Amino acid sequence: MHLPLEDRLGMNLLAANQHQAEHNREHFEAWQVLALNVMSSPGAGKTALLERSLPQLAQEWSMAVLEGDMTTQLDAERLEAVGIPVVPITTGRSCHLDAAMVSGGLKLLRQRLNPNQLDLLWVENVGNLVCPAEFEVGEHHKVALLSVTEGEDKPLKYPLMFRQADVVLITKIDLLPYLPVELEQIRRNIHSINPNASVIPVSALSGEGIDVWHAWLRSARQNTLQPALAMA
Amino acid sequence: MHEVDMTKCLLLALQQWREEQASPQAMVDTIHLEVGRFTCVEPEQLRFTFQAAVAGSWLDGAQLQIEEIPFVGRCLACNGTYSPTPEGAYRSPCCDHPLEEIVSGRELRIRSIDYRTSLQSAVESQALSLQRV
Ligand SMILES: Nc1nc2c(ncn2[C@@H]2O[C@H](COP(=O)(O)OP(=O)(O)OP(=O)(O)O)[C@@H](O)[C@H]2O)c(=O)[nH]1
Ligand SMILES: [Mg+2]
Ligand SMILES: [Zn+2]
Ligand SMILES: [Zn+2]
Ligand SMILES: [Zn+2]
Repeated sequence: MHLPLEDRLGMNLLAANQHQAEHNREHFEAWQVLALNVMSSPGAGKTALLERSLPQLAQEWSMAVLEGDMTTQLDAERLEAVGIPVVPITTGRSCHLDAAMVSGGLKLLRQRLNPNQLDLLWVENVGNLVCPAEFEVGEHHKVALLSVTEGEDKPLKYPLMFRQADVVLITKIDLLPYLPVELEQIRRNIHSINPNASVIPVSALSGEGIDVWHAWLRSARQNTLQPALAMA
Repeated sequence: MHEVDMTKCLLLALQQWREEQASPQAMVDTIHLEVGRFTCVEPEQLRFTFQAAVAGSWLDGAQLQIEEIPFVGRCLACNGTYSPTPEGAYRSPCCDHPLEEIVSGRELRIRSIDYRTSLQSAVESQALSLQRV
């Protein structure tokens, strides 16, 4: 017997993950913490960006990092060295963080500090341009990184990541003089798949563009959390 | 690789369906899935990992019937629809507009489940409504 199927019906495969993500987000809202999910291919410079940004941002905000890594705690150690609380989440065979793993990380974090004191929570995802885009963790914004050494075509080859991102950082721009790569072409490709994305070229090495990136963060924090503040 | 995680999601959803909607003896014949072309899921890979994952479980023998949903965008300049392609930078061929609205292609859902409540009974089909877990 077949029941009539309406087009809008159907249980979403990711329903359980989305539910957990919404639960995480409720915590972030209650704590008034802006949560950012940082994603890129392996080695595009997520940890290097945080190493550059966090010491500067620590002058205005209290922050913590959930550090997703498949097997090692190397990145967590690099960021602890900066003086920011880091909770490593080893994902094992899974090539992305999901909302339940982040929830586990939050439990550990709460053993170390009072989350109400936090202003910003960073989630460094596993280096992977494919499925982290599909698994929400409760973040307010998705931050995607693309290094200039990866080539202009990557937004077109991994469209989902760049479509889902709210902001795309084009990283390692200090290397541009040595590469046959056009920054404008990368930007055009990102905007073809996602015309609403903010695109910010940066170098964690030279510091170029970092102030623009920090300005984006300030306005994101204001615009995202202000309505909740007004209601409180 | 991520099809393993997608399979886990699918098994979770099916387990929940069994607990909430079906009888505990429900035997699943076929699971009808919709998989959009603009998702990270490869239907062949998903079928493969699913078959491996359910061996020996209550879902052993269940078939995945996957309907692929095309990736369709709407050009906001002329309101026409088109198939975004990487070669065309996902822009509309009619007006060279960037990809703004996605009409379809992001689906990842269980559309219905064909199951029987006992070996003798006829196969029933249940459409699943979008619900909170
Ligand atoms: N020239 C240059 N090199 C950079 C820059 N940012 C990062 N790198 C180098 O790129 C390499 C990878 O950087 P990571 O920060 O480890 O990259 P990641 O994205 O965190 O890598 P995974 O977490 O392993 O996916 C390191 O050798 C960095 O020194 C930059 O702005 N300029
Ligand atoms: Mg890293
Ligand atoms: Zn909770
Ligand atoms: Zn994955
Ligand atoms: Zn058009």
